[in-house]
Amino acid sequence: MSASSFASTPAAPLATSTAAAAVKERELLRIVIVGHVDHGKSTLVGRLLHETGSLPDGKLEMLKEVSARRGMPFEWSFLLDALQTERDQGITVDTSQIRFKTTKRDYVLIDAPGHVEFLRNMVTGAAQADAAVLLVDAGEGVREQTRRHAFLLHLLGLRQVAVVVNKMDRVGFDQEAFAAIEEDVSAYLGGFGLRPTFVIPVSARDGDFISERTARLPWYSGPTVVEALDAFTAPPSLSDQPLRFPIQAVYKFDERRILAGRIESGRLSVGDELAFEPSGATARVKSIEAWPGPAPTTVEAGQSAGITLDKDIFVTRGDIAAHGDQRPRAAKSLKVRLFWLDDAPLKAGDPVVVRLSTAAAPGVVSAVTSAVDPANLVTEGQASLGRNYVGEVEITLRQALPADPYHLNAFTGRVVVERERRICGGGIILHAAREARLEAPKRGPVVAVDSAVTAAERITRFHHQGAVLWLTGLPASGKSTVARALERRLFDLGGSPVYLDGDTLRTGLNADLGFSPQERSENIRRVAHMAGFLARNGHIAIVALVSPTRADREQAREVGARFFHEVFIRAPLEVCEGRDPKGHYAKARKGEIASFTGISAPYEEPEAPELVLDTTGDIGATLAALEAYLEEAGVLFPPDTDSPI
Amino acid sequence: MTRLDALEAQSIFIFREAFAQLRKIAMLWSLGKDSNVMIHLARKAFFGRLPFPAMHVDTHRKFPEMYAFRDHYAKEWDLDLIVEDCPPIESTDPTLPPAARSAARKTEGLRLALAKHGFDGVIAGIRRDEEPTRAKERFFSPRGTDGAWNVREQPPEFWDQYNTALTPGAHVRIHPILHWTEMDIWAYTQRENIPVIPLYFSKNGKRYRSLGDQDITNPVESDASTLDEILAELAITKTSERSGRAMDHESEDAFERLRTAGYL
Repeated sequence: MSASSFASTPAAPLATSTAAAAVKERELLRIVIVGHVDHGKSTLVGRLLHETGSLPDGKLEMLKEVSARRGMPFEWSFLLDALQTERDQGITVDTSQIRFKTTKRDYVLIDAPGHVEFLRNMVTGAAQADAAVLLVDAGEGVREQTRRHAFLLHLLGLRQVAVVVNKMDRVGFDQEAFAAIEEDVSAYLGGFGLRPTFVIPVSARDGDFISERTARLPWYSGPTVVEALDAFTAPPSLSDQPLRFPIQAVYKFDERRILAGRIESGRLSVGDELAFEPSGATARVKSIEAWPGPAPTTVEAGQSAGITLDKDIFVTRGDIAAHGDQRPRAAKSLKVRLFWLDDAPLKAGDPVVVRLSTAAAPGVVSAVTSAVDPANLVTEGQASLGRNYVGEVEITLRQALPADPYHLNAFTGRVVVERERRICGGGIILHAAREARLEAPKRGPVVAVDSAVTAAERITRFHHQGAVLWLTGLPASGKSTVARALERRLFDLGGSPVYLDGDTLRTGLNADLGFSPQERSENIRRVAHMAGFLARNGHIAIVALVSPTRADREQAREVGARFFHEVFIRAPLEVCEGRDPKGHYAKARKGEIASFTGISAPYEEPEAPELVLDTTGDIGATLAALEAYLEEAGVLFPPDTDSPI
Repeated sequence: MTRLDALEAQSIFIFREAFAQLRKIAMLWSLGKDSNVMIHLARKAFFGRLPFPAMHVDTHRKFPEMYAFRDHYAKEWDLDLIVEDCPPIESTDPTLPPAARSAARKTEGLRLALAKHGFDGVIAGIRRDEEPTRAKERFFSPRGTDGAWNVREQPPEFWDQYNTALTPGAHVRIHPILHWTEMDIWAYTQRENIPVIPLYFSKNGKRYRSLGDQDITNPVESDASTLDEILAELAITKTSERSGRAMDHESEDAFERLRTAGYL
């Protein structure tokens, strides 16, 4: 046979290839189907495939035959339950993926097992999805796995969820039964800020409201399942976010030294200056490499790329390249909201390896601060994280990892945790403490001088560590009241509290600043540095500042580093407006104040503050909670103990 | 990014992870449409070269066109080609149906080849849409020391974090095109102008959709004789891709048994 007979294509020129173009243009969405065992996930999938004509010839006959051989009525679930064990036991063991298409687009359906034993498989399936269907049995209602799955969807970052209430035939298509479940599931999802896009009553077995509206649900006017899926939106492009380019490897196959990896967010172009965390080294992009050519001059989110640099700096797998002013943090300590999948609980003191993007670092669990059973959202005050629980965990790393808090970047804001070389859990980063790095002074010969008094001496005198207590909340939420009461209390105990009031500082140090977003940020930056300075010198700086944006507070947290404690003073807007001690709300309502937080400007509630205080009750109780927190956090020592340093 | 671009980027990411995280890997090359796409993707991932061997586990029952293709492109693509023979049929599980038993030779051949070369990772071109047990696969699928797949105890795999921890003597199967469909493979073959064995194109009203050994693979009815025609056919067909593979149909669980024992 001659070589030319392989010349691949007896085909038309590429540009006129209509079939290939059709493949490329159709959008693809990944949908995970989750829910309690036996609520009918596999049946729903079988139905969807059948009704949209996505089953291959002979499959239906094969399923009939398999069902008959087991002496059972026709069973749709055998389509996905491909394993003998699954068919024998009637449960899905592992996640499966199958294609299906509507007139609008193509789908990958990820069928995730509902049985509690297989939660790790459910997570594996759900973590690849763009949207989710949460299935609930109309007769059984919301069950343990329904709640667990819903909570994990939330943790995995899925925000598009349709609830399908199945087996309506078993409850006589009763509207009230449906309404009760709708209310129940919406309340649970609402508990962590998830709102279902639709709640749809169906019978998957009989084919009501899967793709067709049937007469058996005359009171329901919402979409069918297929219509609901088509209403989901495709994930947005991440190209416009700050650049995150994690390095997978450095190749030196020839004279080129190619840094290879996938752009997770943002874009990079030839000529850009890149900073590599955690080292902080910088260099310019000399070229983008590609085979076969030609190479592009810009690559963006989602693309696997290779670049060369203009300088021979040290770069290794796990480094993340970013643009200089928007880098991830080189963090040595992480606070993670973690779900745990291993049989043996995770405990403080456990050695672990944290994997973040292509980086990995060994570390130790320094604390398990909470453990929640997602099946009932009950928090348990235990020092370990059991199997299938979700909790907040602090991890101290032996070497810095380039990290972001999850709300700033989903890719560099999540980790998996290995124990004994096995992946046992995963989670999102709530806080990543930046490792202190001495930066060269930009102007003039600035040299920091140590204080004449050591931290240990101050702790011995004050009986507390230095700290920044950052009180944030709506105007009139009670920040100043709490701050002043705490200042009095700590002083009476012999400590050294200093109250920094936002308004007061604006009369002097910050008198040059107005209320534009930039000026508000600068105001916060200055106060943060002042508070940080006090804390490093052993004082407790109590800051009361509305500080409405998360970004500004994150900046303050970086300045305050390990001394920083965010305290959310929570009070409903109506209560704050009712108090209105300075008459600001009234003026804002009349339009006399152009931009007022809570009325005409947004307030971003903290996602993971160290402490939340409710000020609608008694100030004594609020103060006691604050004091208890300070003791627990190791800021306050009982007066008779020795200094720990 | 187009859909094919996204598929390509994910595959390249997986290749680079396998190369970075495992000690000694090889890519299985069965000469079919999927593994040819896979070689092309790997050369993209590593800027024009394949930095590990391509391995053909040979049953000596392939079509002559396949051997000609292998010898030609191994040279043209400058592959480090390893050819390993499969053991005779007598060495396979006698309780399996005939075609499955024939296929099981490959499982054993692969096991012996992995042991001989000491590979701890082997890249294979299976896809989820081919067959229901493959739909349950991970991108990185750990295997026991005997090559077996413990489908009930697969490790979690999420957020592109792959499991590479191994017990000594065990290996990982890496599946860089697991997320592609048959349609994607042909559309990409066309876009990238990847060579194809002529058996895939219609001759006398028949063509092969899937290429295995001569004795256990059958052609399907088709008039598709160009890539465009294949794509048009796939857009409307309701015949499954492996309908021409005998061992898939011998008994309800024949293929599952093959796969858990280590078949691809």
